[in-house]
Amino acid sequence: MRAFAYQRTTQIRDALNLIAQHDGARFLAGGTNLVDLMKAGVESPARLVDIRSLALGEIGETPDGGLVLGATATNSAVAADAQVRLRYPALSQAILAGASGQLRNMATVGGNLLQRTRCAYFADPSEACNRRVPGSGCSAINGAHHNHAILDWTEHCVATHPSDMAVPLSAFDAVVRYETLDGTGEIPLSEFYLPVGNRPDRETALPDGALITAVVIPAAAVASKSRYRKVRERASYAFATVSVAAALDVQQGLVQDVRLALGGVASRPWRARLAESALRGGPATAERISAAADVEIAAAEPLRDNAYKVTLARNLIEAVLTELAADAGEESNG
Amino acid sequence: MNPDEIVAAVGESRPRIEGRLKVSGSAHYVADLPMPNLAHGWMVTAAVSRGRIRDIDATDALAQPGVLGVLDHRNTRRLNPDIAHHFGPDRSLPLLQDEVIEYAGRPIALVVAETPEQARAAAAALRVTYDAKPHDIEFSMNHPATRPASTLFGPEADTGDLEAELAGSAMVVDELYHTPEESHSAMEPHVATAWWEDGHLYAFDSNQGPFGISQVMASLFLIDPERVHIRAEHVGGGFGAKTICGAQIILAALAAEHLQRPVRVALTRRQVFLATGSRPPTEQRVRIGADADGRLRAIHHHAAFAQSPLAEYIEWCTEQARTLYAAPAIRTELSAVPLNLLPPCSMRGPGASPGSFAFESAIDEVAERLQIDPLQLRLLNQPVVSPVSGRPFSTRRLVQCLQEGARRFGWAQRDPRPRVRREGNLLVGTGVAAVAFIAGVFPSSAAITAETDGTFSVRVGATDIGTGARTALIAVAADALAVGTERVRMHIGDSDLGLAAGAGGSRGTTSCAFAITETAKALREKLGDSARPVTASVDTTPLINWQPAEERYTYSAVFAEVTVDPATGEVRVRRLLGMFAVGRVINPLLARSQLIGGMIGGLSMALHEESVRDPLTGRLVTADFAGYHISAHADVPTIEADFVADYEPQDPSGFNGLGEIGNAGTAAAIANAVWHATGTRHRTLPISLSRVIERAAAQDRPEAVSVA
Ligand SMILES: Cc1cc2nc3c(=O)[nH]c(=O)nc-3n(C[C@H](O)[C@H](O)[C@H](O)COP(=O)(O)OP(=O)(O)OC[C@H]3O[C@@H](n4cnc5c(N)ncnc54)[C@H](O)[C@@H]3O)c2cc1C
Ligand code: SF4
Repeated sequence: MRAFAYQRTTQIRDALNLIAQHDGARFLAGGTNLVDLMKAGVESPARLVDIRSLALGEIGETPDGGLVLGATATNSAVAADAQVRLRYPALSQAILAGASGQLRNMATVGGNLLQRTRCAYFADPSEACNRRVPGSGCSAINGAHHNHAILDWTEHCVATHPSDMAVPLSAFDAVVRYETLDGTGEIPLSEFYLPVGNRPDRETALPDGALITAVVIPAAAVASKSRYRKVRERASYAFATVSVAAALDVQQGLVQDVRLALGGVASRPWRARLAESALRGGPATAERISAAADVEIAAAEPLRDNAYKVTLARNLIEAVLTELAADAGEESNG
Repeated sequence: MNPDEIVAAVGESRPRIEGRLKVSGSAHYVADLPMPNLAHGWMVTAAVSRGRIRDIDATDALAQPGVLGVLDHRNTRRLNPDIAHHFGPDRSLPLLQDEVIEYAGRPIALVVAETPEQARAAAAALRVTYDAKPHDIEFSMNHPATRPASTLFGPEADTGDLEAELAGSAMVVDELYHTPEESHSAMEPHVATAWWEDGHLYAFDSNQGPFGISQVMASLFLIDPERVHIRAEHVGGGFGAKTICGAQIILAALAAEHLQRPVRVALTRRQVFLATGSRPPTEQRVRIGADADGRLRAIHHHAAFAQSPLAEYIEWCTEQARTLYAAPAIRTELSAVPLNLLPPCSMRGPGASPGSFAFESAIDEVAERLQIDPLQLRLLNQPVVSPVSGRPFSTRRLVQCLQEGARRFGWAQRDPRPRVRREGNLLVGTGVAAVAFIAGVFPSSAAITAETDGTFSVRVGATDIGTGARTALIAVAADALAVGTERVRMHIGDSDLGLAAGAGGSRGTTSCAFAITETAKALREKLGDSARPVTASVDTTPLINWQPAEERYTYSAVFAEVTVDPATGEVRVRRLLGMFAVGRVINPLLARSQLIGGMIGGLSMALHEESVRDPLTGRLVTADFAGYHISAHADVPTIEADFVADYEPQDPSGFNGLGEIGNAGTAAAIANAVWHATGTRHRTLPISLSRVIERAAAQDRPEAVSVA
């Protein structure tokens, strides 16, 4: 049997020390991803350091009007938070579109960002997988990859990042706060996930042994006019095929601010900056929305069996932005 | 016993008698049954789709704590190689006999330890090497190895001059339909505990028919069938996957004999996917010729399915074509394609479900091309007698199902043109399908004892896989004995109770009800004022008429309404209605729940279920519920299932089975509704968003928005 040690601590410092002092030690938050992977034999930590008793569960405001989501705040708590729902509705919607009620009650902010891909080959230790065993090959690229990446993949890995929560966080320019034995640091979400390159096993820019302490979302007026739409292979309880988080602020007929990010299309949440700049400053007409969707998706490179995702991503950008534009229209008329 | 005082139990809605036990967690399923001195086996399966085992190095595994032994082909006793199962010879059953591998997922070893965790950890340390050979999982009806399927179910149909009628038809539909490999996915994973005593084999096993399994096990282990005792008291679903003698019981029995102690083999969800049977993929060509007024002239249904080179199997897709509609020429053909796939086994309306999808889609295409209402087309072509055999039907209430269903569904208001109903960005459509499902009984036996305390002990080897069969049979026994249900003690789920049909082929309850009814008759003739218990028993084998003058079927009409978002390909079923003619209904509450469950299975088949194999290795990629999607709650709309009055004259009580008919028509009704919504015909299941999504065409773009 695979024995492992388990410790729970109430002090961040203790948690960091335990990780630093023991080879193969890992933080355990909700355990909804890590424990599953341990059962499958994908992860085999020698020690689990349970961080749920650290004082990191708060959801609070920043002085400039943004929000701080504590790393161990549960997904349920974030989704239900009144400020989140009012000021960042897409974030609440994204979390609620993921997993199930029971899982969201366990899953945490930090764990959600660090959950691993849902590529079936990654989860099966008998298959070749560069992300699990560097250099072993990628089974998906010529295998079953119906729900894999269409953007920014390399021949080393074509997997997608599965998080719903990370998609609106990316649109809202969230920043990840962490702590190591050397002190604290911050990484913008846009730099948090590393490009696939030739080392897909290196997933984030988080320093070794670092503990995520919080995610900070800057204030953004546009975020209150946001929505999340997730398309998946059934009505609920499935990872995204493609999802879109979008926010649109239209003033005097012109797009003042726009935020757009996609899930399910790349190894990280995909911030659609090309589409954003195509829309910013001009009117939110159907033609311009459609053109913005085309511009963003022009770079897509589908695999053998997932070209439909290119169409889907394009149509979904268009559909969500159109809905937001219609809302803005109603507001200005009403 | 005054019959006048007894309220008939049959026809009454009553909840399952073991329902409370189940929802409170106190019904014991196989893995819950304690057993002293129990050892645990962990199944190891082949990682290649074809080849030979070069070596299994167990050195490290055996050195692990708690490990009792490793069984593989080199140290396992010989089993009967000439074993047969439901469909004919079955070489997949003798496990651990040789190094040959014909499919990925084939059990190749069992690691036994004191605890399941130790067995699992040791199994991970087993080093298996293979000499892989090229495998073939490329299914197609034109595959060079395609051959006629077994005709165990009778000859295929061939009446009239097919080519001449096709040539004379005003319009011919000639299309190909595809359904994928699917997995049963019953809630309770397969599990067995086996032990030997004085040359007798005992087992608790999660299966759909302990008597049948006991016969196969006896033949496999070459022992007297009287020496095999298998119990299956509570079974958490099967959907057909537990009609076969499963790897879990074979391996547990082998290990128990080898180690001289009880062994439990409990499969994980993943192992269930990898190693316990599947619905094979099908490819079906349907040709239908019709006159301009909608009269059918020719029906040709050729279905091919995949099977394993190891075992005979029949996915009888051609049943609808030979009985649903009248036509001067009808031909059916069934082909099997041996491939390196998991050996298939009956799943949720085997044959009928994929067959009905193809055939009732094709009928809809006839209606589409002739611009006739699809409901009218179906009514117009109803046969008076069986179109192939010429025999009358014992009861046929399909027209009533279609008409009553149409009335309740509001079919008359339907605009027949496709892609005209819109709600915002959504396209809306409705569809219908008719189903005939073959009915009958299998030989079964029962024994009833009139106890001295006024109760009756009924012993019948029936299985309740969650459907409520136990509760239904109590009502049948109560009425047959003319007593209240509280005086009936029902004993089921044990091979020692004697010959009995399993819960399969939609015949478990009818077969056992027949045996109970006949036994009650015999008992009532015997009863005097005896102070001692009196027992009667009957075996229905000689009572069954295998050549009845009339054909026996159940019928249904399924109506579906769907919405489709063409921009995303998302299909949602909004309404489902099934009207069923299934003989006299024993317990409407349980029957409705069974049918609704079946319709959800059909919905799941229509939109979601698909086993995906790696194109290079042939291994299953979708071996968990994250990859193998079944409909979630949010996919299931309000479903109405109801009955038209019916009575089966071939049964002494008017009963027919209804286990699987709910499944059969639903996929076609949904596919036809998707056509009506979108104008696109989907001939391949599942109708997933990747198949439905449309590149937004100008006229489907949402209204242009301009914000002034
Ligand atoms: C059946 C199922 C369905 C799901 N469906 C969805 C879905 O639809 N959408 C979706 O987005 N997600 C879905 N999920 C994933 C779920 O959201 C994640 O499992 C969850 O968010 C992980 O959070 P956790 O706290 O349980 O992480 P854990 O499993 O505890 O940890 C995950 C990883 O993060 C590390 N970690 C955790 N916290 C910290 C920290 N503070 N600092 C540093 N490292 C840390 C751990 O060491 C581990 O490596 C699903 C999961 C399951 C099991
Ligand atoms: S896509 Fe990435 S995760 Fe999947 S098999 Fe390839 S390397 Fe592994």
